[in-house]
Amino acid sequence: MIPLANPVPYIAVIGLVLVGLFAVVFKRNLIKIVIGITIIESGVNLFLITLGYRENSIAPIYTSSPGGLMSLPVPQALTLTSIVIGVAVLALMISFIVHIYRHYNTLDASKIRGDEE
Amino acid sequence: MSGMSKIVKTIASLAFPFVMIYGLYIIAHGHLTPGGGFQGGAIVASGAAMILVAYGSVWTMGKVKEKHLSTLESTGAIVFIGTAILGLLFAGVFFNNFLFDSNLIFNIVPTGGSTVGILNSAGTLPIMNFAVGLKVVAGLFAIVLVMAYATTKMGGNEK
Amino acid sequence: MNDILSILVNHSPALIVAVPLFGAFLTPLVGMINDKLRNVFVIFITLLTGFFAVILVNEVFTNGIKTYCFGAENPSVNPVVRIFFEVDGMSAFMALIAVILPIVAVIYSWGFAKEETGQSKYYTLILLMTAGILGMVLTGDMFNFFVFLEITSISSAALVAFWTNKKNSVQAAFKYIVISSIGALMVLFAIAIFYGQYNALNMAVIANSIGFGFLDKIALVVLIAALTMKAAIAPMHMWLPDAYSGAPSPVTVVIVGTTLASLYGVFRVVFTIYGKQFLTILRSFGDFAVTPSLIIGVFIVVLAVLTMIIGVFMALKSNNFKRMIGYAAVAEIGYMILAVGSAISTYFIPTGTTTVTMAEHGKMALTGGIFHMINDALDIGLLFLVAGAVYYATKETSLNKLGGLSRKMKYTTVFFLIGLFAVSGLPPMNGFASKLIIYQSTYQVNPVLAIVAILCSIMLLAVFVKVFHSAFLGPEISSIKNVKEVPRSMLIAMGILAALIIFFGLFPEFVITNIVEPAKNALLNSSEYISAILGGV
Repeated sequence: MIPLANPVPYIAVIGLVLVGLFAVVFKRNLIKIVIGITIIESGVNLFLITLGYRENSIAPIYTSSPGGLMSLPVPQALTLTSIVIGVAVLALMISFIVHIYRHYNTLDASKIRGDEE
Repeated sequence: MSGMSKIVKTIASLAFPFVMIYGLYIIAHGHLTPGGGFQGGAIVASGAAMILVAYGSVWTMGKVKEKHLSTLESTGAIVFIGTAILGLLFAGVFFNNFLFDSNLIFNIVPTGGSTVGILNSAGTLPIMNFAVGLKVVAGLFAIVLVMAYATTKMGGNEK
Repeated sequence: MNDILSILVNHSPALIVAVPLFGAFLTPLVGMINDKLRNVFVIFITLLTGFFAVILVNEVFTNGIKTYCFGAENPSVNPVVRIFFEVDGMSAFMALIAVILPIVAVIYSWGFAKEETGQSKYYTLILLMTAGILGMVLTGDMFNFFVFLEITSISSAALVAFWTNKKNSVQAAFKYIVISSIGALMVLFAIAIFYGQYNALNMAVIANSIGFGFLDKIALVVLIAALTMKAAIAPMHMWLPDAYSGAPSPVTVVIVGTTLASLYGVFRVVFTIYGKQFLTILRSFGDFAVTPSLIIGVFIVVLAVLTMIIGVFMALKSNNFKRMIGYAAVAEIGYMILAVGSAISTYFIPTGTTTVTMAEHGKMALTGGIFHMINDALDIGLLFLVAGAVYYATKETSLNKLGGLSRKMKYTTVFFLIGLFAVSGLPPMNGFASKLIIYQSTYQVNPVLAIVAILCSIMLLAVFVKVFHSAFLGPEISSIKNVKEVPRSMLIAMGILAALIIFFGLFPEFVITNIVEPAKNALLNSSEYISAILGGV
């Protein structure tokens, strides 16, 4: 991996993923769990974009570009796909929460049990 | 949910055509500038969600049936996969860009380097951008509309 | 005629994914015209996908690896920029499983889902799941694998919550989507590590240039953890009984295909992508060399024993028909992992050591594990269809309230007996053939493993005989006295699976030499996979 001059984006990625995992594992409100998943997804998207950057490069667009070194466009396409998938999963999780609230009348994850036998 | 006051309704109606034109511009120029199907579709869906918040979900559900949105979404996906299968039929490989450098629309081959972008280029890409944009608008607006309507029903029947 | 057939064979990797996708989005439009027409259309689409799968499998088993490039006829291989589908023996084997299950599920749904609302979206989502599973097993590009994995998990989570008026289904779907989403994000993290290091997303290019440095070890651990979480291996198995019992029964049959496709993902990462690095010696204690294959193999075997024991003991304790079959499914996945793990740890020996016969036992264990994959899909599928038939007739799932069903539902009882024999490994069903191979080969690796496997099989037999006695034999319970036999379409679907089970059980040699052997050879031969795209490097 080509190392960046400053490692701040990589530290931010690790920080975001750890904060998201903390929220998913230790919080009991269902909406906070969903927010934790969104934070993990933001961290992974940041990691993808950071990999495409080269020192002193411009955006990879040909229309009226000033010329020079361009950063890689492939990770940007991968990140766009990941954001779209994140939107779809988020919409699905929130509609499940609406249905769960209608049945159980609470959003506490420790009080939601199926018929476990 | 019920609508908001008359000032909000007027301003939302004034702003909505501009938002829609901006979103359609981003969808249409997807092969030249940053943007494309999903980004432009999300902008148009945000404009439609603004109308939903301003006028209330009951009024909007009366005007737009969920069945029509489902049909629009299916049409967008069918155009996308149909273009890919047409690439198979006309040029021998699935997803082939068969309009590039041909005699139909979108066929100008741009010279290399930094140019002012030509809208009439890049083959099947603008067609697929429009198909994806249509699908994204219908899909995101349907999600927001059904969720708003569901909370109306839930708030109405208190049990 | 031959010419058209050869054109279809050449384009079949693309058509086999495009046809369910196209059909999935045409289904709501057809459904607005007529309901029966839509059912017939969906069955036609799945049968057409099955036809393309059969001709693709035939081509791959006779002529070797088939590659397909999307969008260009002569793609450049230096560097590889396009998306490739690369179908070798193992992918073709998984594609066979992935088309049998939706055909059976759609035929079963004709009778099962007849009075539900929202049937158009139900069939759309089943066809989307089919396209997702087929894309996942046929692709040769890592990011494409991630996209199809997400398509499959989103549509299967939406189908698990199909009965939104039941508490159980909705909370099971929420658990499933949370765990599935975190697993997929971790897979994307590992793919980003691969892209940053090697500037390639194609599986063959990554496999050619992979090392075993610090970042590669991190990527291996993250990939194995995330994909085994999706494949329900202990201790990450808790979502499986909830999701399998909350979904409608034909949907569960297709979700079994999803679980097996994630297991295929584990094998593809371990055998093909890291295949070149299996023999690097990390540390050597005299004559005994510690290689990555030994570490991965031992780890997978330990997880397998844990999975089998947990699955069987929770099944003994359970009182709900569908949850019990779900726990039995967890135990069956343990069997597959046991065989493949012992194969990894014994087959790849560095040159200079003396245990050559262990390699033969390793190969036999791999054959048993792969054969068990298709057997498990058929057995667990048949058992879930029987559970769905019992639910359709009596609207009960708790075993305390069922009894004496064999008087009125004769065919269902016979199918449950076939499923019982197959799952617990009794002849003449297919479970006996694959489990015998697993017992024989793991006994050579370590006798304790074979003893644990046989004990779990016996306890599975005990579990299912208890279910059979309490639900089907015995006196009639008054609340369910007036049950009738289920509709004919459900019986036809169960009959297809039962006929395949009996056929695989009576002719295991035919199945092993024609279907399992090419898959096993393809897994062990990672250099052939690389040279199919990179052209003899």
